[in-house]
Amino acid sequence: MTGGIMIAAVNFHTLLFYLFALLACGFAVGVVVADNVVRMALYLVLSLGATAGLFFLAGAEFIGAMQLMIYVGGTLVLLVFGVMLTAQAPFVSIKTSAGDRVLAGIVAASLLALLLQAAFSVEAWRRPGLGEEGPPAATPLGTALVGVRVDEPAAGAPAGVRSGYLLPFEIVSVHLLVVLVGAAYLARAKRRRTPRAIEVAASVAPPSEMRRRTTGSASALAAGGAR
Amino acid sequence: MADFLINSVGLPPWLGWTVVAGVAAALILNVIAGGALVFIWAERKIAARIQDRLGPTRTGGRFGWLQSLADGIKLLAKEDLMPEGADGLLFRIAPYVSFCASFCAFIALPFAFDFVGQRLNVGVFFVVAVLGLEVFGVILAGYASASKWSLFGAMREAAQVVSYEVPLGMCVVVPVMLAGTMDLVTIAEKQAGWFTNWYLFHDPFTFVVFWVYVTCAVASVNRAPFDLAEAESELVAGFHTEYSGLRWSFFFMAEYGSMFLVSALAAVLFLGGWNGPIPVAKLLGLSGGTGDTANYFLRLLGMVNLLGKATLGVLVMMWIRWTLPRLRIDQVMTTCLKYCTPIAAVMFAGAMLWQLFLPGGVVRGVARPAGEIREGWLEGPGGAAARPAPPAAKAVAQVAS
Repeated sequence: MTGGIMIAAVNFHTLLFYLFALLACGFAVGVVVADNVVRMALYLVLSLGATAGLFFLAGAEFIGAMQLMIYVGGTLVLLVFGVMLTAQAPFVSIKTSAGDRVLAGIVAASLLALLLQAAFSVEAWRRPGLGEEGPPAATPLGTALVGVRVDEPAAGAPAGVRSGYLLPFEIVSVHLLVVLVGAAYLARAKRRRTPRAIEVAASVAPPSEMRRRTTGSASALAAGGAR
Repeated sequence: MADFLINSVGLPPWLGWTVVAGVAAALILNVIAGGALVFIWAERKIAARIQDRLGPTRTGGRFGWLQSLADGIKLLAKEDLMPEGADGLLFRIAPYVSFCASFCAFIALPFAFDFVGQRLNVGVFFVVAVLGLEVFGVILAGYASASKWSLFGAMREAAQVVSYEVPLGMCVVVPVMLAGTMDLVTIAEKQAGWFTNWYLFHDPFTFVVFWVYVTCAVASVNRAPFDLAEAESELVAGFHTEYSGLRWSFFFMAEYGSMFLVSALAAVLFLGGWNGPIPVAKLLGLSGGTGDTANYFLRLLGMVNLLGKATLGVLVMMWIRWTLPRLRIDQVMTTCLKYCTPIAAVMFAGAMLWQLFLPGGVVRGVARPAGEIREGWLEGPGGAAARPAPPAAKAVAQVAS
């Protein structure tokens, strides 16, 4: 299959690349220009999907599928929130003021200029890459992520020296978990506990009575009230 | 085929590749559309039989076998309605989004060894990722219809599909772990031989995982008893309340396409793919290496086998649909988060430990007596591909969480 792709490389690869790139850029502009939140989300999905297409075109199938699952699938949740929050008439359309547009334009243009300059300054990326079989990049990276450096075999080194990227990978995972737990903590429903009848009765009891109760329901009631 | 067209027929490469891509796309499209025709008819007949009726009997002579075609013509002739407050663009585009997601997932699905639209080395992951995108069309439809029933249905569907991707991903990871690759073709090839080689019978944990997968698959394609998005007793018709004619039928083609897809995926992951319960070809002395034509017919046989298994899965889904009552939304979430996910996680750990300590079965040579019989279409798969599986498993789990 790949041999055949090489035959048609000049035509198809370029053509599809331009097609997907155009789609990605066009829908990205659409996200900015649209004033309906749900449409913005749709354009974002299409733009990210076209980017996944670019990854598939480059032969990076795992990254392409990841792009679909994480970014496109994540935008799904964004879309749901957009629908939930803006289904009422006053929020359906979002207008951006002209000043914001100009400011955003300046920021975007300077970032683009910086990225272009950085991208073209890398010597290895200037060569025409077609027809060259580079080293398969994904597999060594994947194995390095689980702690095995197949690209740099540890010659004579004691075991455990070249441990790959397992530790950074796990640290990032734990960070993500912490962020998730934190988000869940911040977003949890802060329940105002309505005191039951017996607790109301207890709270209007004489102060001496209250003081004699050690921990139990009185402190819990206080904690509940403090919230 | 492309090489044949380019080298022997003499087509220019770009035309050859276009023809090949067109043929593959047309074949997949026909699997979905033709399958939908047959399955809708089967669904009517099965529903009728389960409810002690006859179902369609007249259209097309006996058994009403042309009923779906008649319905199709009726749908073509129906007026294409759009509600007044609807968001026109999104309303129009939503059915196609649903259908495209279903269609794209078929690209990576192998029908037999080498009978695959595009063989990806992350086939499982791709199929699961793309299958999750089908819900986009449903949400867009629900939002754009400007109807509260549609919106309710869409929101339910979103909650359900996003939740069920978690246990579904965990179930799918188990065969990936056993095979050591995410390539669907290789996964199926590793189960070649007698049915004892199927991952369903690999160990007790995979047996349980298969049933969790079935539950999650039914839920993720939005079929009864999990069809809350279109609960007709509560929401009129849910997300497709406002649709009519051909657009409506696109949703249904997507649904039947997805049903077939998850069934075929179950067949590939757990039921040996195109490798039959009995290695007929091997017993008859027909195996790979006897020439291109023989190979081709063997694969055709394998494709029939896979399609049979997938069809069986779809029929089981219909049987479930007309047997079990619909769950409430809280019951759906309970099933997912309190039962399917923990069970899948424990079974995943169990299958991992089994693979570590008892890789050859309980008693080697007794538990899986025919382990050495191979159809011989693919020699020594896996190998170097065995390594990248763990990061994928982790990634799926992380995405899911």
